[in-house]
Amino acid sequence: MAASLRCFLRSGKVTVTVRDALNQAMDEELERDERVFLMGEEVAQYDGAYKVSRGLWKKYGDKRIIDTPISEVRRRHAGLRPICEFMTFNFSMQAIDQVINSAAKTCYMSAGLQAVPIVFRGPNGASAGVAAQHSQCFAAWYAHCPGLKVVSPWNSEDAKGLLKSAIRDDNPVVFLENELLYGVPFEMSEEAQSKDFTIPIGKAKVERAGTHVTLVSHSRYVGYCLDAAAVLTKEGIECEVINLRTIRPMDVESIEASLMKTNHLVTVEGGWPQFGVGAEICARIMEGPAFNYLDSPVTRVTGVDIPMPYAKILEDHSLPQIKDIIFSVKKTLNV
Amino acid sequence: MLTNISNVLRACAQRNGAAAVVSARTYADFTNEATFEIKKCDTFKLDEGPATQVVLTRDEGLQYYRTMQTMRRMELKADQLYKQKIIRGFCHLYDGQEACAVGIEAAINLSDHLITAYRAHGYTYTRGGTVKEIMAELTGRRGGIAKGKGGSMHMYCKHFYGGNGIVGAQVPLGAGVALACKYQGNNELCVCLYGDGAANQGQIFETYNMAALWKLPVIFICENNRYGMGTSVERAAASTDYFKRGEFIPGLRVDGMDVLCVREASKFAADHCRSGKGPILMELQTYRYHGHSMSDPGVSYRTREEIQEVRSKSDPISMLKDRMLSNNMASVEELKEIDVEVRKEIEDAAQFATTDPEPPLEDLCNHIFHNNPPLEVRGTNPWSKLKSVS
Repeated sequence: MAASLRCFLRSGKVTVTVRDALNQAMDEELERDERVFLMGEEVAQYDGAYKVSRGLWKKYGDKRIIDTPISEVRRRHAGLRPICEFMTFNFSMQAIDQVINSAAKTCYMSAGLQAVPIVFRGPNGASAGVAAQHSQCFAAWYAHCPGLKVVSPWNSEDAKGLLKSAIRDDNPVVFLENELLYGVPFEMSEEAQSKDFTIPIGKAKVERAGTHVTLVSHSRYVGYCLDAAAVLTKEGIECEVINLRTIRPMDVESIEASLMKTNHLVTVEGGWPQFGVGAEICARIMEGPAFNYLDSPVTRVTGVDIPMPYAKILEDHSLPQIKDIIFSVKKTLNV
Repeated sequence: MLTNISNVLRACAQRNGAAAVVSARTYADFTNEATFEIKKCDTFKLDEGPATQVVLTRDEGLQYYRTMQTMRRMELKADQLYKQKIIRGFCHLYDGQEACAVGIEAAINLSDHLITAYRAHGYTYTRGGTVKEIMAELTGRRGGIAKGKGGSMHMYCKHFYGGNGIVGAQVPLGAGVALACKYQGNNELCVCLYGDGAANQGQIFETYNMAALWKLPVIFICENNRYGMGTSVERAAASTDYFKRGEFIPGLRVDGMDVLCVREASKFAADHCRSGKGPILMELQTYRYHGHSMSDPGVSYRTREEIQEVRSKSDPISMLKDRMLSNNMASVEELKEIDVEVRKEIEDAAQFATTDPEPPLEDLCNHIFHNNPPLEVRGTNPWSKLKSVS
């Protein structure tokens, strides 16, 4: 399906959903390297709980696309390059010992002898109405650990390019997707449609240039920042929006370069505030050359510090809304 | 009248191999109780199993019928509300499995304890929740059993610990509750449920070990509805004899579509626990008519014919109804009247659930801790300071 889509629209951009972009990435990497395989609950015959792996079992069969029982995926495969899908990252807590103690630390403990080229992927963070046990963001948890790379794509190009890089990386990569983005279509450049298109892990992207304030975000909230920027521009406030793309290793240099231009920084994330992505950004800025360029303290926009409630009105107020970003920008700029 | 009874007996004798032996005849219109032959349970590490001849009284029958019908209608109403987008998020329906919840509750006391996974609306009801509270929780309103904060998978009431979203995680918790029972010496037990999908989780086996080692009063119950989401038991388990997977824990395999089978087996299991023998494992062979959840049509991994066959041959409510009618324990009109009452109760509850207001924003941060002084909670930005009380 991915191949025919590319053939059909050879010139210029196409619109691809994040789901299809992830599917394309896996399809291309499965084709490219026979050591790559996918395992997880319902990834094969069910076509994936969220249909991200649709069509792959039909194309590659039982050996390469494996349905697992509900025993959260955590195995080392000597010489192979597994992609382990967690139906959501909430379930990864049942396997987290192996992700950290086996995957993250093995290369170090073996002094480089044993590599762990594994990708853990799946939806992360809040969805819609899935309540407390299914809505947690694990970016900060995983990014805390040396030995792991943690990636958080926003749009379809991110999804495709970063997943391909993650699969080709010889190290354990935690790949945090977002269920609410799966069905969202984004433009994909001609370059991104190529089978060799990858996005380097560890490099952020400036999605929108601006001069008054830097907004740094990852995943779904990049879109929110761009929406807030569109509103603020009408009031004469130009926001520079940075899409982190990778949480660990974090591209602090890009944030610093932007901050040295705008003098104001607002971080936006869906996760909880304490010990989170925004907190890390604040600390790194303080430790680096950009600190002296700050005209006001960094502002963190985060999820509310509570377990996720179910009722819609409460859930809506548990996560950053565009108006919260706008409010925070104005407070930061003291306007 | 005698001819009628003998006709009924003859008809009954042909039905599903359940031969009825009339043990009491009163001058009232209906038979007050009847004895039924039920399917023998497969046993594991047990010298004897539950009784195969059971007595059902008219009152019991009517109560089981009403309860199962209420659960059935409640789930179907939830299906409707979900499709209207009034219920959102996850919604895992229990229709088809009613005999399990009702049979178990018939064998234990409300002072016993129960914990299950996310297919929990039925258990919330049998454990004492009202239809109104359950439906209002599904629609996320302040009148919900968890004040709208939990949703479908997180409903609780006294001695009922949910409602758990992470597959298998409730099993170690159930053993913990049983430990508390033993510790307090209160002769209570814990019924700890999980599905065929969860049965392959490592934490289940860790729990078996501790429960057996410490002789905890826990009844492990595997509700085997043949599919873990879209994966059939054959594709998930090296051994599908779930009642034997406790290895050193005695087990029973039970017809989970027959409320009397479930009740007898649960009684047997409860006696086993209360006599200090330690844990016991029951596998209830049951079936869900709906897909895994409302986002699963339920027909990509099984056929519509299979679903239809179970519905027509093994439906728990029909089975009970047939038994009662053919033994003159109730009349068609009487049962119809119950249906009407149930329907009304569900409609009223749905009405409440759709009109009750959502929880107040002041409640957003409450209930983080128990018995704690009020604390300040950070909102979405540093200027947003919210209040949390216990």
